[in-house]
Amino acid sequence: METAVAHDTHVAHHPERFIRHYVFSLDHKMIGKQYYFVTLFMALVGGSLAMLMRAHLGWPDRGVLDPSTYLAAATMHGTVMIFFFLTSILTGAFGNFLIPLMIGAPDMAFPFLNMLSFWTFVPSVLVLLASFFVPGGPAGNGWTSYAPLSAVPAASPGSGLGQTLWAVAILILMASSLFGSLNFLTTIINMRAPGLSLGRLPLAIWGIFITAILALLSFPVLMAALAMLILDRVAGTSFFVPAGLLIGGKLTPHSGGEALLWQHLFWFFGHPEVYILILTPMGIVSEVISTFSRKPIFGYKAMVLSLASIGFLSFLVWGHHMFVSGMNPILGATFTISTMIIAIPSAIKTFNWLTTLWQGRIRFTTALLFAIAFVSLFVTGGLSGIFLAASPVDIYLHDTYFVVAHFHFVMASAALFSIFAGTYFWFPKMFGRMMNERLGKIHFVLTFLGIYGTFYPMHFLGTHGMSRRLYTPNFYPFLGSVQPLDVFISIAAFILGAAQLIFIANFFWSMLRGPRAERNPWQSNTLEWTADSPPPHGNWPQTPAVYRWPYDYSVPGAPEDYIPQTVPAAPAYAGRHGGGDAGGGEA
Amino acid sequence: MPTELPERTRPRFGRRDRPGRSGPRVSWPPRAQGPGGRGPSDGERAWSPGKPVPASTATLGLGFALVAIAMLFVAFTTTYLGHRQDATWPALPLPPILWLDTGILLVSSAALEWGRRSLRQGNLAGFRRDFTAAWGLGLAFLAGQLLAWRQLLQQGIYLSSNPHSSFFYLLTGAHGAHLLGGLVALGVILPRVWSSAAPPEGSTAISMAALYWHFLTGLWLYLFILLYWL
Repeated sequence: METAVAHDTHVAHHPERFIRHYVFSLDHKMIGKQYYFVTLFMALVGGSLAMLMRAHLGWPDRGVLDPSTYLAAATMHGTVMIFFFLTSILTGAFGNFLIPLMIGAPDMAFPFLNMLSFWTFVPSVLVLLASFFVPGGPAGNGWTSYAPLSAVPAASPGSGLGQTLWAVAILILMASSLFGSLNFLTTIINMRAPGLSLGRLPLAIWGIFITAILALLSFPVLMAALAMLILDRVAGTSFFVPAGLLIGGKLTPHSGGEALLWQHLFWFFGHPEVYILILTPMGIVSEVISTFSRKPIFGYKAMVLSLASIGFLSFLVWGHHMFVSGMNPILGATFTISTMIIAIPSAIKTFNWLTTLWQGRIRFTTALLFAIAFVSLFVTGGLSGIFLAASPVDIYLHDTYFVVAHFHFVMASAALFSIFAGTYFWFPKMFGRMMNERLGKIHFVLTFLGIYGTFYPMHFLGTHGMSRRLYTPNFYPFLGSVQPLDVFISIAAFILGAAQLIFIANFFWSMLRGPRAERNPWQSNTLEWTADSPPPHGNWPQTPAVYRWPYDYSVPGAPEDYIPQTVPAAPAYAGRHGGGDAGGGEA
Repeated sequence: MPTELPERTRPRFGRRDRPGRSGPRVSWPPRAQGPGGRGPSDGERAWSPGKPVPASTATLGLGFALVAIAMLFVAFTTTYLGHRQDATWPALPLPPILWLDTGILLVSSAALEWGRRSLRQGNLAGFRRDFTAAWGLGLAFLAGQLLAWRQLLQQGIYLSSNPHSSFFYLLTGAHGAHLLGGLVALGVILPRVWSSAAPPEGSTAISMAALYWHFLTGLWLYLFILLYWL
């Protein structure tokens, strides 16, 4: 036994070669960083496409983009941002980096599977990027790729080879995400440090946990749909193509397919997917708000239950994307009600964040500013969601810029802001250096104003009747009066885009030249702050023992306003769960 | 909850409380740190890459993978049932070899269980025979599926002929691809089964492979019923 131990120690200490350390790494932190860099690059791709679209929409007479390029830009902007940036950075980068560190584990349950997940992600990125360079260009049928437009190669200029590559890229990405998800679930369930009961789990981990469940149940559904879509495209099957479809006056040979089934399958995946993009951010924001308010998170149990109920409800609401696709009115009413119910857990979360901030001794760091702005964006987007959930209202607003405004607030920008909050917050742990706070605050102000300037006016465009994928707003006289608004939106979008360069500069400058970070620069309680900055392979010399929940801030009688989770209970300032109350009972 | 609220009268967090000093005033659990606080100093908790995964973790991971695979086939099923609503649903001839194939896969699963029971009873020869038989029958099943495809193709029924044939090829193909993964898993274990250092009774690898194998047998029965008897 003694030799075995010595051998293990030897292996752990062995300096890893470059390839093993930076390329085919098994270390969850390195894999998280690999995901972070690739997804950051994809965000720049997706952002540049958005800038191109805004350049066209602000000045549609100039002809910046031709119609099929515009539709391709819109499709790829959505695809890149949703799948290859938000989904992949939240689970791939934050999930990988945070889970073992926050639960006190040396690594993931299956490190090899983790590496496999990243190295399946890379081919999917390459396939998607390759589609920019094929004849006919990338897919142009929207990120939802509704059949039969997406199922018949001759249907539109954006339905060619690019659409096939789109489907293949997403299929590979889903497989990669599934590897990650089952690894996350197993790790969180089985690898928690001694004493870290579920009632003491940080909310960021709860968010990732429920996200992983949603991914596990919804991604295979999209994989099934994509497999059938690919067969329709390349093997001539008719899963989604109905009989008698005329394209360019020519009858297609398909028969017996159901185009509506694609929508059902896509949105059965798609709605959980948008919550995959928001549940992890909710967890991240909870950590940041509690830490910088120097107060326990308000209503921990309610926070966990609302996360879980949002996750559960996400499987019952997909029909609200299809109110105008032809639906039994009773079914429409059912989906309206189930969608409206989501307002309840969402409101619980919002009030709990606000009450956590209430009377706190707030430290306005960049991370907290982004977290507070997350709450603002979530409320703005959530309120327009109540409009859209009502099927009578949605029939008028469907596929207009009102929808664009809604999901860019509640899902896209909110998730983006949580990513910024998380980056500014965990950067010291990731790279062992601090980010520049002054640049961070400039970045915050410009981004916040840019986001509201870009997306808020879109509500008015939508109620004015501007369709969401419209290439020629100048063609319709009734849209002439809102054209100045489009110019304003474009200018705001350019400011928003330029502000991200500040972030990129700050990120890389701080990574290389920033001041060295201490072990626990924010005086936070969770376990990752007890490891070195950055932590070595294996994270801790010894598995940490957990004695309390993660939110013992400002406990009366404690010598400091934070008590890390590894501090054993002392009667004078027991805090919460200090006495071994694993159930998480309210005081 | 009100008792939890911090009081404004408490002293503000001061700059003097710089973080990262040698340690907080509160006591930390005693821990032996290696030089410089890095590296495992305690052998039994030391972690190293390549350490075998505990059985419970492996079971959990495989369980989640099976949930994902099940969801894949749930999605195929709903789409299939949606298509069956059509008035023009064509009936697909049943290649007779599918009966034989179903039997082969059932015997294969059973053989794997007999083999595991032999291993528990210390009957190494029986274990080796049954385990190998299970693997061989798995190969035979896959070959039989290909024969079934061939029989249909010879009757002029192709992937794109009609929705029922599309689903037949899609579902048998998806099941076959997963089964191929199971064959690879069993095949990786096979040399160990025949080596002098035979797997121990509670081998994680064998029980994982068996669980996956039985899942695929069950999945095949489900698909067989779905495609022809529903």
